[in-house]
Amino acid sequence: MRHSILRTRFTTFFAALCWLGATCAGPASAGSKLNIMTATTDLAALAQEIGGDKVDVESVARGYQDPHFVEAKPSFLLKLRHADLLIVVGLELEIGWLPPLISQSTNPKIQVGAPGYFDASRFAKILEIPTGVVTRAEGDVHPLGNPHYWLDPENGLRIAKGIQDKLSEMRPNDSAYFAQRYESFVQRLKQADQKWLAAMKPYAGRKVVTYHRSWPNFAQHFDLDVVGYVEPRPGIPPSPQHTVQLIGLMKRDGVKVVLVEPYFDLKTPNAIGRDTGAKVVVLMPSVGGEKEITDYFKLFDYDIAKLQQAFDAAK
Amino acid sequence: MKRFAVLSALLLFSSIAQAQDAPSAPVKRDVSPANTEDVRMKALEEQVRALAGDIALLRSELKELRETKSPEQPSSPQVLLASAHPEPGMVPSSPAPAPAQVAQTQTYGGATSNAKLLNPDISLIGDFIGTAGRNTVSPSRSLELHESEVGLQAIIDPYARADAFLSFGETGVNVEEGYITFTSLPAGLLLKVGKMRAEFGKVNTTHNHALPFIDRPLVTNSLVGGEDGIDDAGISLSRFLPAPKNWFFQGTAQVYRGDSGDLFTASRRQDASVVGHLRIYRDLGESTNLDLGASYARGHNTAGIGTTFDPSSFLTNLYAADATLRWKPLRRAIYHSFLFRTELFWSARDQLSPLAIFQTQHVFGLYSHAEYRLNRRWTLGGRFDRSGRATNAALTDTGFSGILTYWPSEFSQIRGQYRYGHLWDVPTDRFTNANEFLFQFLFVMGAHGAHPF
Repeated sequence: MRHSILRTRFTTFFAALCWLGATCAGPASAGSKLNIMTATTDLAALAQEIGGDKVDVESVARGYQDPHFVEAKPSFLLKLRHADLLIVVGLELEIGWLPPLISQSTNPKIQVGAPGYFDASRFAKILEIPTGVVTRAEGDVHPLGNPHYWLDPENGLRIAKGIQDKLSEMRPNDSAYFAQRYESFVQRLKQADQKWLAAMKPYAGRKVVTYHRSWPNFAQHFDLDVVGYVEPRPGIPPSPQHTVQLIGLMKRDGVKVVLVEPYFDLKTPNAIGRDTGAKVVVLMPSVGGEKEITDYFKLFDYDIAKLQQAFDAAK
Repeated sequence: MKRFAVLSALLLFSSIAQAQDAPSAPVKRDVSPANTEDVRMKALEEQVRALAGDIALLRSELKELRETKSPEQPSSPQVLLASAHPEPGMVPSSPAPAPAQVAQTQTYGGATSNAKLLNPDISLIGDFIGTAGRNTVSPSRSLELHESEVGLQAIIDPYARADAFLSFGETGVNVEEGYITFTSLPAGLLLKVGKMRAEFGKVNTTHNHALPFIDRPLVTNSLVGGEDGIDDAGISLSRFLPAPKNWFFQGTAQVYRGDSGDLFTASRRQDASVVGHLRIYRDLGESTNLDLGASYARGHNTAGIGTTFDPSSFLTNLYAADATLRWKPLRRAIYHSFLFRTELFWSARDQLSPLAIFQTQHVFGLYSHAEYRLNRRWTLGGRFDRSGRATNAALTDTGFSGILTYWPSEFSQIRGQYRYGHLWDVPTDRFTNANEFLFQFLFVMGAHGAHPF
């Protein structure tokens, strides 16, 4: 008797759930605009450049947030479940938070390998791919290479091209529009890049120290020489011993600038600055790091202006 | 079909484009690294002009193609930067010959495809616990490798992923969890099949190594099946529910075989247990959020076995409510955060009274926990416990703990916990005080997937 009641309850329970499934299938896909979610703001900025007013773009991480440590909040699931396209940085940058968001999103379109899953690292030039044995004795290493690759305008172009192809594949009717947006982006970025390179030319080959290994692509493009890091190993907080060594190295090599990402504590960099006379600069690795950095161009505008100031002040 | 048409169009497109590109191609290929910047820039400008012309032509041709929709063999999707020495601006908007593409994929992105092969993510988490002090009611060993959890996680196919966690304890091996998750179901449904920790409150879903304390709360041990909790073979179905804007509602319904430690026992096939969970979440701001939950579980217990009563008449109904408030400023997320959580549990267990009369024992228990991250390496926490015993509501244990955690890196953790308990001692028939110091070393090998938020 009792188990039949139980069984009836199961049936009711599941019937209710199925009914919910049938009746609340979510809002219909929003008209003509493609719904794009990106892992970081830089990819959102690039997607916006190409997609224009044919897309709605939103990033999970904020520009002033450490992209390694984003919380997989359910509020992101609400956005991911309606996404047509998910653009990720890849190279295991988001390994700590994105996989559960993707699998719980219940959105077949953006599952890994689905047409709506777009790994931007496949299109970019990747640096610092470790060779030989990789262990965590080297800290939180990324075995697939350095994931901060968007900080090179050339990679910006490559990713934008990839996005253009993807958007055209998803919306063939708008492919001419995306192609035209891409061409315009290429022209504007090339012009801007000439300006940036010219601005950085006087400082070519300057030695700098950075907090985390966020800047290899940036340094390569703008001809800076990163000689050391505030972190003893990637992801390991600064230690007194390492800081002393770093100060020695900076004094010996005449390093006058320390670059810090906005999500790191300034205590150690400031101490290093005081000891060596180096200038500590908070450089933005991502769009949205400061209010005025509203797009991919302004990101480099901001960083290069900051660097110029720092190098000039450090003379 | 639509995709096929697009691909065919692209293929046609590429052959035409290549033919048209021919005059400008030598310009691109003749650029030797020795040439000066000016020459290169001029070449690039030349090429951009040529390409702009091409685009206009191609657009009109594409239009024609769409109208005719001639079927063709699909080509592989074109990738960016077909040139072997990519430079900004040298990106041809028309697809390039196949060999160059191969070079491209090898230069950019080769590591992604090669490094992982098809192995699952494999991890091992070692959990070493030591205990000192006095506890006569629930003594634990002085030193033990409490658990070694091996995790195997992989995407199975385009429709599913699977996770398995094997827990090697001091006495044997237990499949803590092993389930497949179907991620591509219609109507927003998420289906899990296998053995798993039931979606009953918060602490029940959490693996030992992910707990913010060394032990489990008293109430878990007294009312919700001890360390393993409700962990059983079954089927779980969940989906997002309609909710007001910016609210997140999720409902989960689960059916299990009905065997979860000493909590639920299925003596017959139809003695399945059920678990239902409702989760309500809202961001209160960029840094703060509120997470609420209500849970229900029902299954058969062992109270009727060996009596003259029908064992299937003895049920345990469990109700739970949980609330979590989190604060984590995004700019300093790795340095500071705060969490407050409380979980309330009510148990209604059918059993026989000492006079062998059928009765339902109603018991309440709770724990509250708060923790604050002091800096990148240190976290300070505290927990209050209070719970009746499942079989006797009159016996209420109370306790509190102070917890200090240190992280040398993301992959190891050292924790100390002072634990006080005012516990009922059955043999002596009175309350006794327990004062203990616990310490724990945790270490992670390999790639352990992120846990749900």
